[in-house]
Amino acid sequence: MTARWGMAVDLDRCTGCSACVVACHAENNIPTASPDHAARGRAIHWMRIERYWDGEFPDVRLKFRPVMCQQCDEAPCEPVCPTYASHHTAEGLNAQVYNRCIGTRYCANACPYNVRFFEFVNPAWDKPLHLQLNPDVSVRGVGVMEKCTFCVQRIKAAQLEARAGGQEVGDGTIKPACAQSCPATALVFGDLNDPESAVSRLARSGRGSKLLEELGTQPKVTYLARQTP
Amino acid sequence: MIDDLLQPVLRTSWRFVVLILVLGAIVAAGAGAWLYQVYYGIGMAGIRWPVFWAFYVTNFVFWIGISHAGTLVSAILRLVNARWRRPVTRCAEAITVFALMIGALFPIIHLGRPWLFFWLVPYPSERMIWPNFQSPLVWDFFAINTYLTGSVLFLLLPLIPDFALLRDRTAGMRQKIYTALALGWRGTPKQWRRLESAMTIMAVVILPVAVSVHTIVSFDFSMAPVPMWHSTIFGPYFVAGAIFSGIAALILVMAALRKALHLQAFLLPLHFDNLGKLLLMMSLLWAYFVFAERLTTWYGNDPSELAVFWATQRGTYAPLYWTMVACNLVIPVCLLSISRLRTITGCAIASVSVLIGMWIERFLIIVPALGHKYLPYSWGTYRPQPVEVVITVSTFAAMVLLYALFSKIAPVISVWELRAGERTR
Repeated sequence: MTARWGMAVDLDRCTGCSACVVACHAENNIPTASPDHAARGRAIHWMRIERYWDGEFPDVRLKFRPVMCQQCDEAPCEPVCPTYASHHTAEGLNAQVYNRCIGTRYCANACPYNVRFFEFVNPAWDKPLHLQLNPDVSVRGVGVMEKCTFCVQRIKAAQLEARAGGQEVGDGTIKPACAQSCPATALVFGDLNDPESAVSRLARSGRGSKLLEELGTQPKVTYLARQTP
Repeated sequence: MIDDLLQPVLRTSWRFVVLILVLGAIVAAGAGAWLYQVYYGIGMAGIRWPVFWAFYVTNFVFWIGISHAGTLVSAILRLVNARWRRPVTRCAEAITVFALMIGALFPIIHLGRPWLFFWLVPYPSERMIWPNFQSPLVWDFFAINTYLTGSVLFLLLPLIPDFALLRDRTAGMRQKIYTALALGWRGTPKQWRRLESAMTIMAVVILPVAVSVHTIVSFDFSMAPVPMWHSTIFGPYFVAGAIFSGIAALILVMAALRKALHLQAFLLPLHFDNLGKLLLMMSLLWAYFVFAERLTTWYGNDPSELAVFWATQRGTYAPLYWTMVACNLVIPVCLLSISRLRTITGCAIASVSVLIGMWIERFLIIVPALGHKYLPYSWGTYRPQPVEVVITVSTFAAMVLLYALFSKIAPVISVWELRAGERTR
């Protein structure tokens, strides 16, 4: 059976440490932005930690919410793309084909989560980061859209290896960079079509909800509500 | 009378040359700014996460809106056979063509990789892929091309007899060009009959095309699940706004031509009075649409929509919003509903105000909504950069430049239609 990749984010475990953000940058060849560029809205973070303050000072609580592409089943970004750069794969991923993208940025406007990012200028890395580019991930040039892929290069590698050994991809063998680096294991990745997988069990949990699910986007990321005060 | 109309075509003063040079310089600056943006990347513009569309798309909607002047006004007036239309129609039809030519550039200017814009064209290619016909941007591509083709025909058809007139009054190289343009017009009854029926067919066909074009432009916004974009009112609202700004542009162009080409004997206060009334009506219609849209949003009380609503109503964008209301409603209604103020100057002032107001209106539809989408963490704002401002300004110069050059190719008032009008009188 084809897989249907999904993720669960346990907000009870997230400490907002941002290790996932750094790991995502390193894994996916995401350019770094200078403070000046970041102030002009040019920073790219496929994974971000949203920080919200709850309550009135001094009685405030801090809330974190890691947000990445929600890999919607009914993704608003897909139908609006005039060149099929943004399209749905058989495994339910919202793929972005960089070579097809002409940069209308319509997908980014249509995305309710604002998780799509644009290469406004040619990418650059602060030295020595330019020496650590991941050979499994294409470097995007100026003028194209990009976003979280659920580390599709890792998914493909694991599937190839499993097929070579004549096995199924076991639950937990694939870990996107963010999930791998999360010290609190707040991020769990896996196959939603396998009812016994860890992510499926978490997705069924009573604490689970989808981000902006009232919009009908049918995301494949489940957020588990925070229970500690 | 004919000489008065043909004189601007046949004689060129030094003032005209200076005008062309100045306008050409501004347009060249715009082209330079665009090349700079292509070379260094679209990041030279002020667009940013999450406001991915701003000045360029505003200009796109604005110019496509202006293009509705023409065709719509002239086609309606032709179909109802309004007598006073005769000196107005060609001015209007030319605006349509030039505004469309400028407007259609903006979807290319705003692309991240503009050198690949032709991937929107459906052609069998080595890429083995069609454009995505589900995308409103592809609808746009077809709508604008259809409209441009139609309005070029609509402009050229009634030009044929005038080209023939110029052919008979010029010599040398010019005569050769006009001979080609006149397509062998000799003014036989058969040719007249064919021209008349072709004009009627075009007038009937171009109306639904014009309405569909701005509806499809509005679909670029209303198809996306963005707060205050995803609205059923956008189609008619955009069409009304387009006709509104189009009439304003027409009045302004007519007032300028009247002064510059000494057409006081042809463009009469009556024309401005009638078009002023039309502008007044469109101003009220526009206000009705805005009221209906705003009231439903406010009453609906959806948090994500209210974020955008209050940002425009009394937040960061409030100064722009109330300027828009003043420009689009207060000033035109004050000037145009009092018959003593509905003079040529009054109409021209109201038109300038409407053009400013309608540009702001498009900006306010696009930017605040993108800056206030759902998750407050991802809210953002936008500030235009020099390259965007230069390109925007240069398109206004381009409009004047195209019109000035056009006035050297053909009389801006249809000579044969004016004569036909006198004969029937």
